[in-house]
Amino acid sequence: MKPSKESIVTKIWNEEPEPDNPFAARACYCSGFDVYGDLLGKISWIQYLWLLIRLEPPEPAQARMLEALAVGLANPGPREPSVHAAMCAGVGGSTRASALIAALSVGAGNLGGARDVFAAMGNWADCGTDLAAWRERIRNPPVDERDDVWPSFEHPPGFDPNGAGCPTPVRQLLNHLTVLDPGPVLPWLQQNREVLQHEADAPLAFSGVAAAALHALGFTPEQGEMLFLLLRLPGAAAHALEQKMNWAKFPFFGNGLRLTDDPGPSSPDHE
Amino acid sequence: MTPAHRVPIMSEDKGPEMLARCEDNWVTAMGAWFPEGRVVLRGKDVLNDLGHRPWMEYFIYGINGQEDSRFARFVEGVWALTTSYPDPRLWNNRVAALAGTTRSTGVLALAAGIAVSEASLYGLRPIRGALDFLYRADRKLADGAILEDVVWEELRTYRNVFGYGRPITSADERVAPLMKFADSLGMGKGKFIQLAFEVEKILKQSRLKYQMNIAGAVAGLVADEGRTPDDHYYMAALSFVAGMMPCYIDSLGKPGGSLFPLRVTRIDYKGAPPRRWGAA
Repeated sequence: MKPSKESIVTKIWNEEPEPDNPFAARACYCSGFDVYGDLLGKISWIQYLWLLIRLEPPEPAQARMLEALAVGLANPGPREPSVHAAMCAGVGGSTRASALIAALSVGAGNLGGARDVFAAMGNWADCGTDLAAWRERIRNPPVDERDDVWPSFEHPPGFDPNGAGCPTPVRQLLNHLTVLDPGPVLPWLQQNREVLQHEADAPLAFSGVAAAALHALGFTPEQGEMLFLLLRLPGAAAHALEQKMNWAKFPFFGNGLRLTDDPGPSSPDHE
Repeated sequence: MTPAHRVPIMSEDKGPEMLARCEDNWVTAMGAWFPEGRVVLRGKDVLNDLGHRPWMEYFIYGINGQEDSRFARFVEGVWALTTSYPDPRLWNNRVAALAGTTRSTGVLALAAGIAVSEASLYGLRPIRGALDFLYRADRKLADGAILEDVVWEELRTYRNVFGYGRPITSADERVAPLMKFADSLGMGKGKFIQLAFEVEKILKQSRLKYQMNIAGAVAGLVADEGRTPDDHYYMAALSFVAGMMPCYIDSLGKPGGSLFPLRVTRIDYKGAPPRRWGAA
């Protein structure tokens, strides 16, 4: 047996081994805090989530704001594509994990998904609360000459190209988070929302509110993308469970597809 | 050889001692890459041998180490004829298509579609279950049971028989072309495919009027090749992808959000009436 030389380098997590098993931890520390000997019973799930990503405890106001955002994002509702995808797993009796995998894959996209949040947070990092910079960014979004696996954006990140007015729940979440935000970001967004919407020719979306809030809380775009993926899963889970094997009552869109290049019935030509 | 029924396997090789022995020490006859420029899969050279064969033969060799170009052609035909329907209404395809409409990536779309294909009403569970059913039925017949009893017992116990019945429609249009294709490879006359059709005769006459679906037909043909449920399951894992990618590409090429949008009134709510949190 070769001695182990490689190791996992991390600032997040440390462990001490149990005396009877070098593969079991006797104590687990998250950024220095004893998770099972100290944190358990003292902190909320949201505080722990913050600690894991930021490595320092949140201020009470920060935790309240992230908690409020988490409630606002938890269920996009069964019409939303990522939840619809999770329900597709539920109706066919697919594995529970596949429902969440479906919700993640579909909810990852740049139209209202986590990639939208990532891009919008990049805009916040670059433009801050400078209206002229936002106008310029929306009019002339940055262009990368290299190709990428992600489809190109077809709308200003954080705005809904299929929207009309800004939906009431989006404004309610923005208003609530604005009250909780001790900094300038959300109050500025609330004040300039209509100007920005006019510039974007689209209303602010949940992804735009989430991006602003996560930026205000000091998360990087990468952290924001990950949190958005994570925080939208509860609704997907609940709706997937509810639809379990409910195929007879789930929309199949039987008459909802029209084929434009149907060659018509033909005899097999492979012989 | 008919595989044994699944039972929990309690390994004797376990615990901290096993983990310590395996630390930095993965001993395998499966495969490896050597940085100096060689690759080995199940004892064969990839760059000079296996890699020059058709991909499906490589895939099957990786699964069970068997070299059988005729069976590889059969699996390929099954995938092309029966598991690659490019319709975004089908649930696993719909997931891939939804990933296109939300502008996610092609690989995330396929990964989710493959994961969702491990379903109960269609996909991997019936594919695996149909083969398992034929093997169990065959063992019971060998023990003196009557086929009618075996089928009714299966229905009573599990409320379905994998390989028979289908959501949305009853008849499976894929069975006839598959049998024709199998015939072209000299398959389709064996004991298990005959058993599969015998079971269909019984279920057709039942109240459920179940017909054999494609999973049942493929299972009969695969059982006659002596394949195990494990082999069959692994081989089928990617069988739906050729139908999914077109669904993703199609919705990616159409306006974002345009795949089966549902207006608010399409929610048929059956839950509690409106109420206030914290109110008595």
